[in-house]
Amino acid sequence: MTLFGYRVPMMASLLVWCLAWEIVGRLDLVFLLPPFSDVLRAVVGLVQTPSWQGATLTTLRAFVTGMTLAIVIGVPLGVLMGRVRVADDLLGMWVNIFSSAPLSALVPVLMILFGFGERTIVAAVFLFAIWIIVLDTRAGVRHISPSLIEMARSYGATRRALYAKIILWAALPEILAGIRLGLIRGVKGVVIGQLLVSIIGYGALFETFSRNFRMAEFWALTIILFAFALLIAELIERAEAKVEYYAGARQ
Amino acid sequence: MRTAVLRKEPSTIPAAVDTIVGVRGISKNYGNVEALRGIDLDFPRGKLTSLLGPSGCGKTTLLKIIAGLIEADAGTVTIDGKVVRAPGPERAFVFQDFALMPWATALRNVAFGLELRGRARTEREEIARHYLSEVGLAGFEDKYPHELSGGMRQRVGLARALSVDADVLLLDEPFSAVDEQNRRKFQEDLIRLRATQNKTFIFVTHSIEEAVYISDRIVLLSPRPGRVSQIIEPDIDRSGDPERIHRDKHYLDTVDEIWQGLRQYVE
Repeated sequence: MTLFGYRVPMMASLLVWCLAWEIVGRLDLVFLLPPFSDVLRAVVGLVQTPSWQGATLTTLRAFVTGMTLAIVIGVPLGVLMGRVRVADDLLGMWVNIFSSAPLSALVPVLMILFGFGERTIVAAVFLFAIWIIVLDTRAGVRHISPSLIEMARSYGATRRALYAKIILWAALPEILAGIRLGLIRGVKGVVIGQLLVSIIGYGALFETFSRNFRMAEFWALTIILFAFALLIAELIERAEAKVEYYAGARQ
Repeated sequence: MRTAVLRKEPSTIPAAVDTIVGVRGISKNYGNVEALRGIDLDFPRGKLTSLLGPSGCGKTTLLKIIAGLIEADAGTVTIDGKVVRAPGPERAFVFQDFALMPWATALRNVAFGLELRGRARTEREEIARHYLSEVGLAGFEDKYPHELSGGMRQRVGLARALSVDADVLLLDEPFSAVDEQNRRKFQEDLIRLRATQNKTFIFVTHSIEEAVYISDRIVLLSPRPGRVSQIIEPDIDRSGDPERIHRDKHYLDTVDEIWQGLRQYVE
């Protein structure tokens, strides 16, 4: 971006918005919006409290467990759908429905099934993340050049070698893209799950802050969450860039 | 029908010829389309035989049936007299679109056939290095396929086929995705390889010039349904300068003769 002929760095626009927030906050127009500097101070204070640390640990644990399950089940399911026609016909409709459905509506059902605890949060993360992983993996497997598979067969690949040495590698760019999108959806899952259960992790904190109108801390927690989601997406994007070198050169 | 087949047999396999690949009564349909009907062919050991014909004559299908990649509806393929139905170590395939693994270096691509056979890493890489230099790619071991030109990629594909030490090399229009200059060089290299490597080549092409230039035997296929229409053995001396072949009278006459035969399918 250039302004009056000067090159403006990317993050500059963020500074402008923070400044706008600060001004609006200082004007005391809405009590919902405390000055940005107060929010920043709240972030520093918040991360030192044991309640935040405990909530973060619970949240991370639920997120990692849910994501691991989504990847471990989603990738093989996507490969199966990409390779086996019957599996695709049988499951394709459901995967498509779930990947575009408003899943938040299902979280109360999860609460009935799994109770008001961490298991519900894990299930929410899993439910939010898995479908896009399945769909992208399936697309990746579908796009593998048939001659690459014929090549492996003609040089005597066993079924196991065909999957381990050809199919997984050839579909890797799409699988990683699916996992990146899945991670972002997983963050949604963990937040929505905790908000609805509202007695554990960040959900409990959000509940406390908003009930007691502690807006600076409320926004501080939101900013931490946003930063976390961005960081994860960025990390996966880095990993994707590493495999891009061949993805762009595929036939 | 039976008598016709019986009468045809002696002329296609003179008793003295040592057959390595035998094709008997191969038929293949794709839905309502009859791709191949009753193909009987013998491929002599140590020779380069081309399958030539217009598009839709089933030449690639026939090659993939010989490779064991496609199942025939009827008929059998034999290698050294034994019936084969699946890919095997005595055959190696060179693909039209190269079929290289884009995530692996040239060296690993060439060694891949041996990797699948469970050969130790140092051993298979040594063999791969040898064949990479054999096809003129010494020094390119650590390059990835997208860093190589089309011609070089196909050389990697050829080195992979050579490194598994198969008796029969099956080449599916290997030069069609390669530019003209590289194709010429490649054809010359193939003539040289055929002379030095004691292997049988089965070569699919739609280029008459290419077939006559490199082949000991040309099998002409006619389309819809794919059938053997003629077998030609161009008697061309390939010992000297390969450039000279393009001006050889016999070469030019054979190209013309085949063109006259194929012309009807184009018009």
